[in-house]
Amino acid sequence: MWQFIRQLFHKFGSPKWFYGIASKMMPWLLAIGLILLLAGLVWGLAFAPAERLQGNSYRIIFIHVPSAFLAQSIYIMMAVAAVVTLVWRMKLADLFVRAVAPVGAVLTFLALFTGAVWGKPTWGTWWVWDARLTSMLILLFLYFGVIVLMSAIADEKSSARGVAVLVLVGVVNIPIIKYSVEWWNTLHQPATFKLTEKPSMAPEMWVPLLFAVLGLYLLFGWLACLRMQTEILKRERRTRWVRDLAAAGGN
Amino acid sequence: MAFDSISAFIVMGGHGPYVWTCYAVFVLALLGLGVWSRRQRNTVLRTQKRQMDLEQNGRVTDKPAPASFTRIHPS
Repeated sequence: MWQFIRQLFHKFGSPKWFYGIASKMMPWLLAIGLILLLAGLVWGLAFAPAERLQGNSYRIIFIHVPSAFLAQSIYIMMAVAAVVTLVWRMKLADLFVRAVAPVGAVLTFLALFTGAVWGKPTWGTWWVWDARLTSMLILLFLYFGVIVLMSAIADEKSSARGVAVLVLVGVVNIPIIKYSVEWWNTLHQPATFKLTEKPSMAPEMWVPLLFAVLGLYLLFGWLACLRMQTEILKRERRTRWVRDLAAAGGN
Repeated sequence: MAFDSISAFIVMGGHGPYVWTCYAVFVLALLGLGVWSRRQRNTVLRTQKRQMDLEQNGRVTDKPAPASFTRIHPS
């Protein structure tokens, strides 16, 4: 049993093995992700009923919630990978953090941007310095910090450790984002989905939202695989298998 | 469909500019991310291939050429 786990760990830690698995999964992730996201967005934009109080501006929710959801999940995944980097020195975990940090930054920006544009017709202002919005802005700066730090340190090992420590320090921010709407007074509405309760929206609204969230999740999976492949190729460019791959034109 | 006509769909009861701006930025950002990431991977592979071709021809660019004065033509 122990032997088996060790073998699995070694296999999973092998960049070459991961490159092959990623290549096999990527077409599926892209296709199913695009279909789900597109279905969710078209349904939400054109077919879901208008909201009683907010009218049609609420249709922004179908991109705002998926972006914000992914922005936080990506950070949590990065934190898990950071623990793996620090404890087991697994290269693949460090490559994951490097590969997805820019994706997380873009999604955090999208959550903030769509939130601001939604806030104008709904709250009458683009921005308020309340807990939810401020902690999301801090998340964006944390992503920027990770991106800058990972390119600032040339040595592979110290860079991996430095980035992992920064990611772990920043993880404090995640529960603050999550509970900010309950701990402090805010204009922001509470969470739409909770694992323990029924959604507070009508099914015609939350089903397309769920589609969009799942679709964006799969698309993130595709992006993560693609970007990790790039990092692997950069690191392993002197190995036999990468040279063979490059000679064959990437196939 | 939740709208009576195409124009109602575009206007969205006055909220059209807000909704459509968000959707446009969202689609553009994701599309940009995808294209950029693909291009990065292909660039790494192409650079490696060029490097290998140079090595094969015996012209490794890693080492700088030794200094010489042959390029100077005093008139």
